[in-house]
Amino acid sequence: MKKPVAIELKNITKTFGEVVANKNVNLTVYRGEILSVLGENGCGKTTLMNMISGIYFPDEGEIFVNGEPVMIRSPKDAFAYKIGMIHQHFKLVDVFTAADNIILGEKMPVYSVTEETKKIKEKMEKELADVSDEKKKKIQAKYLAKIGALPFIKLGKAFKFGHLTKNRAKVLQQIADQYGFEIDLSKKIYDMSVSEKQTVEIIKVLYRGADILILDEPTAVLTPQEIKKLFDVLRKMRESGKSIIIITHKLNEVMEISDRVAVLRKGEHIATVETKKTNEKELTEMMVGKKIDLNIERPEPVDPKPRLEIKNLTIMNKEGGKAVDDVSFVINGGEILGIAGISGNGQKELLEGIAGLQKTESGDIIFHNPKKNKPVTFFHKTLKQIKEMAKQGFFHYPDGKKVDLTGMKKKEIEKLVNEEQILFYEDEIIDLKHKTPLEIRELGIKLSFVPEDRLNMGLVGNMSIVDNMLLKSYRKGKSIFVNRKKPKILADEIIDELEVVTPSDMTPVRKLSGGNVQKVLVGREISSSPKVLMAAYPVRGLDINSSYLIYNLLNQQKQKNVAVIFVGEDLDVLMALCDRILVICSGRVSGIVEGKKAKKEELGLLMTKTEE
Amino acid sequence: MNEKMKKEPLVHIIKRADIPQWKSWVIRIGAGVIGLLLCAGFSCIFSKDFGGFFAELFNGAFGTERRIWMLFQNIAILLGIAIALTPAFKMHFWNIGAEGQTLVGCLAGAACVFYWGGEIPEGALLVLMLVCSMIASVIWAVIPAIFKALFNTNETLFTLMMNYVAAALVSLCISIWVTSGSGVLGILNFGHLPKIMNQQYFLNIIIVVLITLFMFFYLRYSKHGYEISVVGESTNTAKYIGIYVKKVIIRTMIVSGLFCGIMGWILVAGTNFTVYADIVGGRGFTAILVSWLAHFNPFGMILTAFLVVFMQQGAAQVNTVYQLGPSAFENIIVGIFLLCIIACEFFINYQVKFRVKNKNATPEKKEKKTTESAEREEKA
Amino acid sequence: MFLTFLHNAINFSTVFLFGSTGETLTEKSGHLNLGIPGTMCVGALGGVVGEYLYIKSLSDVSEMTYGGAVIVPIIFALLFAGFMGLLYSIMTVTLRCNQNVTGLTITTFGVGLANFIGSSIDNSYFSVASNKFFNKGFVSGTDLNWFETLFLSYGTLVYLAIALAIIAAVVLKKTRVGLSLRAVGENPATADATGINVIAYKYAFTIIGSAIAGLGGLFYIMGYVGGSWQYAIDAFGWLAVALVIFSVWKPDLGIIGAIVFGALYIVPNYINVGTKSYIKEIINMLPFLVTILVLIVTSLINKRETQPPASLGLSYFREER
Repeated sequence: MKKPVAIELKNITKTFGEVVANKNVNLTVYRGEILSVLGENGCGKTTLMNMISGIYFPDEGEIFVNGEPVMIRSPKDAFAYKIGMIHQHFKLVDVFTAADNIILGEKMPVYSVTEETKKIKEKMEKELADVSDEKKKKIQAKYLAKIGALPFIKLGKAFKFGHLTKNRAKVLQQIADQYGFEIDLSKKIYDMSVSEKQTVEIIKVLYRGADILILDEPTAVLTPQEIKKLFDVLRKMRESGKSIIIITHKLNEVMEISDRVAVLRKGEHIATVETKKTNEKELTEMMVGKKIDLNIERPEPVDPKPRLEIKNLTIMNKEGGKAVDDVSFVINGGEILGIAGISGNGQKELLEGIAGLQKTESGDIIFHNPKKNKPVTFFHKTLKQIKEMAKQGFFHYPDGKKVDLTGMKKKEIEKLVNEEQILFYEDEIIDLKHKTPLEIRELGIKLSFVPEDRLNMGLVGNMSIVDNMLLKSYRKGKSIFVNRKKPKILADEIIDELEVVTPSDMTPVRKLSGGNVQKVLVGREISSSPKVLMAAYPVRGLDINSSYLIYNLLNQQKQKNVAVIFVGEDLDVLMALCDRILVICSGRVSGIVEGKKAKKEELGLLMTKTEE
Repeated sequence: MNEKMKKEPLVHIIKRADIPQWKSWVIRIGAGVIGLLLCAGFSCIFSKDFGGFFAELFNGAFGTERRIWMLFQNIAILLGIAIALTPAFKMHFWNIGAEGQTLVGCLAGAACVFYWGGEIPEGALLVLMLVCSMIASVIWAVIPAIFKALFNTNETLFTLMMNYVAAALVSLCISIWVTSGSGVLGILNFGHLPKIMNQQYFLNIIIVVLITLFMFFYLRYSKHGYEISVVGESTNTAKYIGIYVKKVIIRTMIVSGLFCGIMGWILVAGTNFTVYADIVGGRGFTAILVSWLAHFNPFGMILTAFLVVFMQQGAAQVNTVYQLGPSAFENIIVGIFLLCIIACEFFINYQVKFRVKNKNATPEKKEKKTTESAEREEKA
Repeated sequence: MFLTFLHNAINFSTVFLFGSTGETLTEKSGHLNLGIPGTMCVGALGGVVGEYLYIKSLSDVSEMTYGGAVIVPIIFALLFAGFMGLLYSIMTVTLRCNQNVTGLTITTFGVGLANFIGSSIDNSYFSVASNKFFNKGFVSGTDLNWFETLFLSYGTLVYLAIALAIIAAVVLKKTRVGLSLRAVGENPATADATGINVIAYKYAFTIIGSAIAGLGGLFYIMGYVGGSWQYAIDAFGWLAVALVIFSVWKPDLGIIGAIVFGALYIVPNYINVGTKSYIKEIINMLPFLVTILVLIVTSLINKRETQPPASLGLSYFREER
């Protein structure tokens, strides 16, 4: 028996400038079914859903709702067609109750005074038809009074005194009960858990009569119990005839809840299959496709020794859940460690936690500073620190004898340091947890971080290239003035060596194209000769040439014995460039594989694996 | 498909990514001209002399040597306070308490004269006044900053209220000092800044010029100034490079306070030689406009301060010549002029596009025209 | 004696109450209107103009009626002050100018305009209108008992102020319009997404807010001072802004707060300070000190409901898709 079609997409194409987000996508969703839309980052699933919900408008193709062609130009249009989308980032007013948020902006039926007047007049005519004169006056008076009261009734309705009248509260509770939501409608949003907020968003959409619901990564922020409850609710909705589209990357959930699965890859629709008739392996293959040979060089790591040890690191997210959950791994100097995973699974928090920008809940970040047999300098250690460390046996003389500074005069110690006579006995081992970026720098640890947000974090968009070079180094020197000479030289070097296209070194960086912005940012981070270089999505949005330039830069750093962490979304790149690949899923390490031997399907499976 | 196409909105507003310098100046000058025309029009209603308006405007500012000195003195005061505000504004800390901060500076200076005038040498007195003014203003400025840093208390409202506490404080002190109950302190005989070339205001102007230069170098070339820029542009980036934003807020307000203190000192020791609740006269508020209109550029503020004072003195002259009435007239003229200049910033930041009937024709953005029509609307 | 004091405090609180009710509505829409002091002056101007025109239209002063002497100035005050609100809205909502800068300029302009025109209007017979109509309560005379003094003997505008404050409080708390308004002030993007016309709400409530505030100026001139023009109306405007904070953006609390402020304002007239005139100055400081205290305490407690509207002072711009 064929179920009626709720929504159908035909040949949908959407382009943003050069990037083709969706190409000739065909999709059908039936009434009373749950469809999962599966795909990696950048496969176009969010763009596609945004077109159904009215945030974008397709460049080509048509959308049909219940068989009729429709134009969805805004979220309000989508409402009219009974389509409701629940986004990953909730749109709720914190200080309001759940009920207030649900009824906010609801279009009240228009109460027309003229219509009502007509009706009353008709009634009056009827009554007056066969009645004596004296009675007529009485009747007329009665009806006139009714007509007179109309404007006030309209005013009252317009303001809807007591908007949470018994009717409203009842209606909302009915919806909640019908689908099995457990929610206290009079609770304030800021008091709610993420799962409760999500429930409010779903009821909001149902209250407006949505028949087609789109959920964007709904389980990303839920606990296993909450996921189970959500799925129960979704099943009830399906039984009542609603169509539900879930954007997800979690294969086990796809298998559990959906009736059919649509797989997208690089903007195209690969296939839609019945969940019953497929398995995780097959879906992964469709999701990641065949391996593409990228021709990226991968020099062998030379003498890799541990540089950074992450031990049982846990970082909490804003909503109180665990963004990074008990993560442990080691990265060696002179290697590139790739971090693969669907974005939003803790990569951002992990890197920011290591860099000191995020508070860590528990665990250690152990840094091995390769200082063995290197002289200590006043550049990053004070006299006091050196004396302390000497006491603890950190140093030895070039001839091997242990350094003992007790009883020495200040001038003598200074002479020894300046003549490079005091050497580290071993690599310095420092725990970076709970340290701010400034503290890390002051310890002499050179850790560079190329963040995902280039213009709002890594750089200041309105400042010139030269001034952006200053960001890390402006504190140097005792003068109260900022020294722009060295940064200018650095800027010019970067512009020259990395072929940055810019009118001058004084141009504000926001005027540069994406690739050039990234060259400036990466150039600066590399210029400080880091021991650890972390880069989050460094080639996202970059053209081919700039991307390869970045790969070369990373390889150069690798050969200088830098430990490089590369968070990326393109599996082909990761497999070609990285020596080892760590896969992260839901904040946990699901596996570490060798780059040379990694299989794309294997990585895909690891990316979507969640613990039961 | 076309029949179903909804109508494009009549007017489209897009945020501009960039605008060439000359264009933005054309818009500003255009707005200034429109403002002047409107002012002349308004004055014409009462004076029946349109052209004369402009002549008297200039006359009021440059007519006599005395007026020119007044012009530069008033510009100096206004500019000085605006400079004091600038570091805070650059950091997006909306300090609207300059009126009160300057006022307590005046009060502290006057207090020094009241208690020690005549008992210590004049030079020492002046130095003491300066130090006390600066301390008082810093205290007034830093209290809201601390609360903002610790508890995220709204700084706009806090600094606003502090203004009125300051005014009451001044009246309080005067009522204690002036036992006669007249409520007027009267000219103090000590603590006068020296005249240069027999002009009382010369020194004031020199001090403010120095302040302006200092602030320019401080903001552009010092490490503090760099941090202020970064915090103001992007707090994310500031945190990324390890700037402790709360510390910077407090430090910057201390700087603001120091300069307000200097201005308070200039007002008491170099201009009025007394103190009263209205001594700052609203210039603390006007300075906010002066700073904002110049996009927080110290040299730009010289221009905006000049414009404001020019209009004020000019309007006063127009008022006197045509005997239009109470001095409130100047406020109307300055108000109209400033509203035009403020409004034109919109056209610099945003682009207005009109709906086209034919989809193929490219919409021509008529900026000048919209400026005029919008301002004509609002002045109707 | 205390009764008279209380009566006069409540009477004077009207000035602040109009201002704070109006500004609360404006701030609930997300706009901080520092032009309120100027707007109150212009409201006073409107009232004065209205009264003048009405009196001019009479052939004989004895023909003055309640409707003309009171209602006409009220309407004029509402229109004039509403116009200032419109001006502010155009600049801050459509032209997205900085709200503080615009507000201060409008205050300068408004104060100037009001003082310029208001002081030169012929105000003969204003005192008649004031005594006979503005200040005529339900009962009048000198022989009143405590209930009549406290509740029935005020002029029209006093009752109007309290009524407006209560209506505003009810609208905000219990109606859909109030809900939508609060959403606009807290999170305009969310409000926009649910279909609320953010721009319309900002305009409407800023204009209404300014109009209501203007009545405060009207009351001061016609109701309190008896018709002669005053130059310092804007001072009350700043107290009204303080009152908004003091009453944590709740118009019903504003009624009590206004009485407190009113009491503080007139207290100096009642206490004999002798030579210690500085006590009066301390009392003048109190409303602002108390408001600062409220600011600090509410940010300390950080209870969401007592915070200013989250988008206060920010311009709203819906990004092009």
